[in-house]
Amino acid sequence: MILVVDLCYRDGSLSRDEFVGPVERFLRKTGAPFCTRHYTAVGAPEVEAADAVILCGTALLDTGFAEHPERFRWLLAFERPVLGISSGMRALAAAFGAAAEPCCEIGMTDVEVLAPDPLFAGEEGFLAYELHEYAVQVPDTFIPLAASDRCVQAIRYRSLPLYGLLFHPEARNEWIIERFLGLAKAAQ
Amino acid sequence: MKLGVLFSGGKDSTFACWKAMQQEEVVCLITVISRNPESYMFHTPNIRLAALQAEAAGLPLVEVETAGEKEEELLDLKRALLSAKERFGIEGVVTGAVLSVYQAARVQRVCLELGLWCFNPLWSPDQEAYMEELIDAGFKIVIVGVFSSPFDASWLGREIDRRTLDELREIARKYRITLTGEGGEFETFVVDAPFFSRRVAIEEASRDYRNYNGVLRIERAGLVAK
Repeated sequence: MILVVDLCYRDGSLSRDEFVGPVERFLRKTGAPFCTRHYTAVGAPEVEAADAVILCGTALLDTGFAEHPERFRWLLAFERPVLGISSGMRALAAAFGAAAEPCCEIGMTDVEVLAPDPLFAGEEGFLAYELHEYAVQVPDTFIPLAASDRCVQAIRYRSLPLYGLLFHPEARNEWIIERFLGLAKAAQ
Repeated sequence: MKLGVLFSGGKDSTFACWKAMQQEEVVCLITVISRNPESYMFHTPNIRLAALQAEAAGLPLVEVETAGEKEEELLDLKRALLSAKERFGIEGVVTGAVLSVYQAARVQRVCLELGLWCFNPLWSPDQEAYMEELIDAGFKIVIVGVFSSPFDASWLGREIDRRTLDELREIARKYRITLTGEGGEFETFVVDAPFFSRRVAIEEASRDYRNYNGVLRIERAGLVAK
């Protein structure tokens, strides 16, 4: 079961259909079982039951989740696959001690693959949809996997399939979520 | 949160408005009227009737005209949003963007410049479920523009009811067009919505159609009891 985490400003918000809905619809299409929880409502039972986690993005001005790093500490001990999307990448990086820094990108952007990884295998680069005001510094325990000409676009924990993507794969790059689901299945 | 809805009078912006009303406080509609028929951002055949729809919804309308030149129309959009912010205290903007990254990114940038939240509640939907939801919720939608084969002149003025949706489904499958018309294959006008206190009655309209391209211009319309 995939745990989809909603990082928007409140449970059932107006942003939900924009940032969580497309991820849910893709999971439904692929037949992957999932349950969705707002980040304020993620508890031990959901974390224990999850084979993998997807942390969804938020609106540009929606940074409330970043004021509650304690809500994401469980990620430190979660050794199964994680995909943090945009704000989800920021939450993942923050859990591992990395700060955010201003870097605004909005719209389609060229992303270059920097290091070999199953998530991007066979791809040298691609166009991705960006919607962020901040990028993240790469945590010590992570490696950069892809970058735009402005900032790091994808990171992975050195020894575990914990991924952060600054762009939104659910818009125009669903193949990346599909590959992540493949990795999650293989890890079970 | 006080919100303004970027409103064209078509199904997407009207449905986005309705969704926003269920979560936040919609305080005005915002319309950018483009004089350029080629505008990717704002052109739609019956945009001047947004005022009548706003009256039906009981919401004030912020209207701004633009010559519709590519980047200048963004300045006009900014002017419209700024006016809504000053007059009605909006904190965020709602759009009916469905799939267009071009439109969505431009509105996002302008909103960020003005410190406004941006909501796209219809973003990347299940097109089938979206069209069903529109009909189930009681939206009365008329096709007022067709811009693709195989739509002939008979499509202009047709209401999107279950029978029409079945036909659209078949056309979408056969001609590989979007079911929602997001690819620009057709345009719509909402004559009734769950939040309209009265519905729009089209009293006089003219058709301008040639070679799979046509518009239904609503010449005269009024509000009548539902």
